[in-house]
Amino acid sequence: MSDNEAEIETIESLPLDAWHRERGARMVPFAGYSMPIQYEGILAEHNWTRENAGLFDVSHMGQLSVSGPDGDMAAAAEALEALMPGDFSALKTGRMRYSMLLDEEGGILDDLMVTNAGEHYALVVNGAVKWDDIGHLREYLPDEITLTHHDEQALLALQGPKAVDAMARIAPVARDLSFMQGTYAKWGDVPLYITRSGYTGEDGFEISVPAQQVAMLADALTEMDEVKPIGLGARDSLRLEAGLPLYGHDITEQTDPVSADLAFAISKKRREQGGFPAAGKIVETLAKGPSAKRVGMTIDGRMAAREGAPIFAGDARIGTVTSGGFAPTVGGPIAMGYVEAGHALSGTKLQIEVRGKMLDATVTDMPFVPHRYYRKPKA
Amino acid sequence: MTTYFTKDHEWISVDGPMGTVGITDYAQQQLGDITFVELPGEGDSVSKGDSVSVVDSVKAASDVYTPVSGEVREANPALADEPELVNTKPEGDGWLFKVLLSDASELDGLMDEAAYKAYVETL
Repeated sequence: MSDNEAEIETIESLPLDAWHRERGARMVPFAGYSMPIQYEGILAEHNWTRENAGLFDVSHMGQLSVSGPDGDMAAAAEALEALMPGDFSALKTGRMRYSMLLDEEGGILDDLMVTNAGEHYALVVNGAVKWDDIGHLREYLPDEITLTHHDEQALLALQGPKAVDAMARIAPVARDLSFMQGTYAKWGDVPLYITRSGYTGEDGFEISVPAQQVAMLADALTEMDEVKPIGLGARDSLRLEAGLPLYGHDITEQTDPVSADLAFAISKKRREQGGFPAAGKIVETLAKGPSAKRVGMTIDGRMAAREGAPIFAGDARIGTVTSGGFAPTVGGPIAMGYVEAGHALSGTKLQIEVRGKMLDATVTDMPFVPHRYYRKPKA
Repeated sequence: MTTYFTKDHEWISVDGPMGTVGITDYAQQQLGDITFVELPGEGDSVSKGDSVSVVDSVKAASDVYTPVSGEVREANPALADEPELVNTKPEGDGWLFKVLLSDASELDGLMDEAAYKAYVETL
């Protein structure tokens, strides 16, 4: 047998490195860090998260803040809106939005979360491209805007239907959050910033905590019956089932928000007013439709199709898989990929070539597994 | 019956001219949860070192190389419904295929169990 994990030259350790190893994690290089791919096994961890609560160490992600002069949030929002298609000036304190850093051609430099944290905007960016993001922001943000990289902070994600019960024991205020809301909280003396968000499709939280105290918090959470530590392997299968794109694979500088099916992140106001990179081109693509589109596919049989597998409609090559694998909750292989627009409708029958075999596939609405985000009933 | 091992973590158990091939316990642990096994066809002629089978796990697809040349006589029919046998009984019911050896001298270059154990310790 052979294994084809990528080797990265300089591998750094995250604050929970020893914590993971003590719990039997298998560590692999990812985004320049040594990270746990699994503890007891990807299937068990995936299922545990769907049924209980999984704790993920996502401290490799970049935690940035962007602030204006003397806490001028309007100035900070304006600066961010020049680089992203989100409507940040309308984002109230404690509210969070999914957005994308775009280049001049409308290519996606990264996807990220932006939260109005009161006196600054908090950005959480992908670990693999965080240094590029920081460089891009430093270059394009006006001089009076302050960018801070909070590398003294760790980030945990607690995900699953029982996450709220566990989180509320640490910070009762967590129950008051709706999906895509955030709040400051104190756990004893430890300052936390908690958002109700995540990357699994389940209800859950992301918790920013000082690196000094992250092991204590991870201990407190995993001592609860509902919570087990979960590795990157299950994180990938969970997000794939949730239909969420992975930067560097499903979205890249070569893809744009419209073909990536992420146009929901471009608000009506921004579409009308423009002012973000390649706004004209993106609005035009919205109007006439993209030439290719990111779709989900379910695959007959058990053989998985992975990144790079060509997609056919009859004899014609019409697309490429960008991520795929066996989906534990679905119970079979699924994939995400780009197909020519004429083949993107749900129900379209396609073929995916894997090791010389043609697998029958069907374009399927995403998510593959329904999202279970928590939204507070309106009073 | 003698069992031999390769550096690529296959085993072959030889009984007369027939060899049974699978992946080792170390290999299945490295791969994690196995979801599908692509097996060679019965009657396939294979050469030592060919990739003749693919073990698909939740994590990745991995090639399995035949440790010897010969003709594939049987592919494990149980794996179609229970690919997880490769996880639970990698060196037993989770065998992959049986091959009629064409050159028994190819076994000379393989490791015995003690040598393989020593090799795994170095990884």
